[in-house]
Amino acid sequence: MANDKIIQVSDADFDETVLKNDLPVLVDFWAAWCGPCRAIAPVIDQLAEEYDGKVIIAKMNVDENPATPGRFNIRAIPTLILFKDGSVVEQITGAVGKTVIQNALSKVA
Amino acid sequence: MIHDVVIIGGGPAGLAAAIYAGRAKLKGFVLEKMSPGGQVLVTDMVENYPGFMEPISGFELVEKFTAHAKRFGMPIETGEVERIEPVGDQFSLILTDERTITARSVIVATGATHRKLGVKGEQELTGRGVSYCATCDGPFFRDQVVAVVGGGDSAVQEAIFLTKFAKKVYVIHRRDELRAIKILQERAFANDKIDFVWDSIVEEIEGKDQVQAVKILNKKSGKQSRLEVDGVFIFIGIQPITDFVKGLVDTDERGFIKTDQWMRTSFKGIYAAGDCRQKPLLQIVTAVAEGATAAYAVEHDLA
Repeated sequence: MANDKIIQVSDADFDETVLKNDLPVLVDFWAAWCGPCRAIAPVIDQLAEEYDGKVIIAKMNVDENPATPGRFNIRAIPTLILFKDGSVVEQITGAVGKTVIQNALSKVA
Repeated sequence: MIHDVVIIGGGPAGLAAAIYAGRAKLKGFVLEKMSPGGQVLVTDMVENYPGFMEPISGFELVEKFTAHAKRFGMPIETGEVERIEPVGDQFSLILTDERTITARSVIVATGATHRKLGVKGEQELTGRGVSYCATCDGPFFRDQVVAVVGGGDSAVQEAIFLTKFAKKVYVIHRRDELRAIKILQERAFANDKIDFVWDSIVEEIEGKDQVQAVKILNKKSGKQSRLEVDGVFIFIGIQPITDFVKGLVDTDERGFIKTDQWMRTSFKGIYAAGDCRQKPLLQIVTAVAEGATAAYAVEHDLA
């Protein structure tokens, strides 16, 4: 399910794309082997539509990008981290319902 | 629009109910807060579901269930029910996004979620070494030392799974024997990466930004000890997701919904199936049977 509103970030462009972004960025740390990551994927897709232009929704594959998860002490996926002006506003671990993510996003948008 | 039935939850029970309701030409849909699958999604391998002699991943099995439900015309929609209000002989389902759905009957198939230990450090270190999902988080513990808490099927199966990554897995169990089914016990005892810590409970999980150790109390000797680990995987059972029907239908003291053998709850028009229901065996095979029965009961009772 490709969604062109969702951007892919990597270790290489994380600082530029996420930390230095003028808009808040929600990063979904995921991997192909993670069931709950796939479970929340449709919710992430919907949020990317709903918050288009207000919050950037990004995904990072932790298999291909080990450095960034390490920086943020991520040892569980899915983990969602909401960044604004380079700092962490909220971190959500595990698969949660849409409302929980919306509540976090409402703090910045 | 008034639906014949709304099925809350898209795990095996809900999807089986959808297959039977769809074939009975009942009007309705499945309401799932994430994507279909439930706890099966995080199950590494399923090897006790009849017909699947070769172990199948939980994810693949769920994909088959979902496709099967859709084939008989039951849509699966995203949404989470906040509460159910009976209105005459119908029900208003109020969702967390404030939508309202009207249905003549409701099948509660919301399943269950992992139980927490309730010890110091658990909440703070969740996602930082404390985990409830080995298939999700196991790969973060390559060549590290982890503890598994529990002695049932899930605990033992996940301990075995974790030996693919971790160099050592301690199984901490409060009794002196496992509750897990024999075939899993045999595999665990034969695995030299797994060590058992018997008669013991975890009193605290230590660590600053990451899990560093667990404090253990041996209940027989009264001796306390400290075990250095990088991760703690907790599998001490489940708790039903039934808060949203509390007060509406009868439950047992742990919140599991009581039903008759037609899956009818104490409230006429509300049915329950799967792990949210009070029953002796929590398995995919029982969940699907109950889902089918609940859909049949709805058809019968609406006629």
